[in-house]
Amino acid sequence: MIGRLGNDIPLRRDGTVRVLPWLIAPMVYLAALALAGMLTLHGVLQSWDRGLSGTMTVELPPAPPAPAADTALPKALEVLRATPGIVSVAPLSTAAESKLLQPWLGTAIAPDELQLPRLIDLRIASGTTIDLKDLRARLAAAAPGAVLDDHRLWLDRLFGLALSVEATGLAIFLMVGAAAVLTVIFTTRAGLAVHHDVIELLHLMGARDLYIARQFEHEAMRMGLSGGVGGIALAALTLWGLGHAAAATAVLGEEAKLLPDLSLVLWQWTALALLPGLAGLAAMLTARLTVMRALARMP
Amino acid sequence: MVRFENVGMRYGTGPEVLHDVSLDLASGSFHFLTGPSGAGKTTLLRLMYLADRPTRGLISLFDQDISRLRRRDLADLRRKIGVVFQDFRLLGHLSTFDNVALPLRVAGIAESRVKKNVTELLEWVGLAEKLNARPVTLSGGQQQRVAIARAVIARPQLLLADEPTGNVDDAMANRLLRLFEELNRFGTTLVIATHNEQLASQRRFKRIHLVNGEVASPEGVSA
Repeated sequence: MIGRLGNDIPLRRDGTVRVLPWLIAPMVYLAALALAGMLTLHGVLQSWDRGLSGTMTVELPPAPPAPAADTALPKALEVLRATPGIVSVAPLSTAAESKLLQPWLGTAIAPDELQLPRLIDLRIASGTTIDLKDLRARLAAAAPGAVLDDHRLWLDRLFGLALSVEATGLAIFLMVGAAAVLTVIFTTRAGLAVHHDVIELLHLMGARDLYIARQFEHEAMRMGLSGGVGGIALAALTLWGLGHAAAATAVLGEEAKLLPDLSLVLWQWTALALLPGLAGLAAMLTARLTVMRALARMP
Repeated sequence: MVRFENVGMRYGTGPEVLHDVSLDLASGSFHFLTGPSGAGKTTLLRLMYLADRPTRGLISLFDQDISRLRRRDLADLRRKIGVVFQDFRLLGHLSTFDNVALPLRVAGIAESRVKKNVTELLEWVGLAEKLNARPVTLSGGQQQRVAIARAVIARPQLLLADEPTGNVDDAMANRLLRLFEELNRFGTTLVIATHNEQLASQRRFKRIHLVNGEVASPEGVSA
C-alpha cells in the first residue's frame, strides 16, 4: 500500500533508462580489457627488467680453428674476474649454447658445425656501479673483438614500445569512460523529457532539486552497476581464455614461450572488479549533475 | 497573502494573456475566480502557484517578493500552497494512497504520520475502499476527490483550485465546497477558479472576474 520513499518518478518503466545496462556493459567490457592489457604489460615489463638488471653478457668472436690456441677467452675471464662488482663470471659451454639455439635451428644442424661466438654470463652485485667504458677498453685490449652487452639498448627500446602501448590502453580507457558518461547524460536527459510532467508536479509541491535528482541517480547507479557486472563478467571470461591461449604457446618448453605470461595476479583482478562500482558511481554522479542542471532552469 | 501589482504575462513571443493585473488577497480570505474560457484564469493561478514567472509586474506571496527569493526559499514557499489542477495530474503509476501522500513525502514527513493522515483524509472524501486503486480505475469524480485530497493533505496556507467541481455531481460539489469552507474557517486562504456562475453566486464569497486577461470587476479584491 505504501510506496517506497523517493520512487515517485516511474523511471523503471522507462525504456530509455532500461537500455542503459546494455550500453554500459560493452563499455565496461572494453575498459576492462584495456585496463587488463595495461596491467599485464606492466607486469611483463617488470619481470623482464628484474630478469635483466644485474646481468651483462660478453660476446667473444668464435674460437680460432685448431690447432691455434684460444687465448681470448682466458684473458677476457681474467679481466672480468679482476673487476670489482662482478660477482659471477660464467662462460657458456658449447652444450648450453646449443640448447639455446635448438628451438630455432632444430636438430638438423649441429651447432658444432657453426662458427658461434662465445658468450660469458656476468652477474653484478646489487647496488654496484661498474664503469662500463673502462671495462670495455680493458676487454678490447685483452680480447680484440669482445662486445660487452648490458642489455640497456634492448630494454630501452622495449620500454619505449611498452610505454606507447600503455598510453594507447589509457587513451582507450578514458575514451570508453567519456562515452559512458555521455551515454548517461543523454539517457538522463531523455528521462527528464519523458517524465517532465511528474517532475514539474513534484517541483510545484515544493520538492527540492536533490529530492528529484536522487531518484534519477539511484536508478542510474543501479543500471550502471548491473551493466558493469555484466561487462566485467564477459571480460573475465575473455581474459581467462586469452591466458589459456598464451599458456598454450609454450609448446617448445617453458623457456621458449612465444607470449609472456598473460595471467593477472590478485590485486590486478581486484582492480578490474572495481570497474562495475566505478561505472555505477560515474553513472550516479553524471545523472545527478545532469538533473540538477536541468532543474535549475525551471522557474 | 497574495499581492499582484501590474502583472503582465505572455508565453514566449505570443500575445499577452494577462494585462496589468493588480490584486491584494488578504490572509484567510475566500475568492472565486470567474470568467469565460480563455479569460486567463489558469494563467493567473499558475503565477500564484509559482509554475511561471510574470513577464512584468510584481508578485508577493506570504509578504515576500518572489523575484528576490532564493531557489531553496521558493521550494519552502511552494509547500505552503496546495493546488487542485483542472486535469487532476494524478500519477498513474502510483496508488490513490501514494498520490495523496506525495506532498507529505516531499516535505519529509515521517511515514507513520503519512499513513495516519492519508488514511483519515481518504476516508473523509469517501475513498477508503480505494486506497490501493490506480487512478485509471477511478471515475472522473473519484479522481477529482483524490486530487483535492492531495492538495489539502499538507494543510496548505493557500489553496488554489482550478475547476475543482467540474466532474462531480451537485451533491459531491456541495460536499467539496463545504470541505473548502472548513479549511477556510481554519485560516486557509482559498482561490477557486470556476466558470460555473451558479456555483459562485450561491456563496457569499468574493469574486475576481477576469475578461480577456484583465480584472473586470475586482469585487472585494482588496479585502
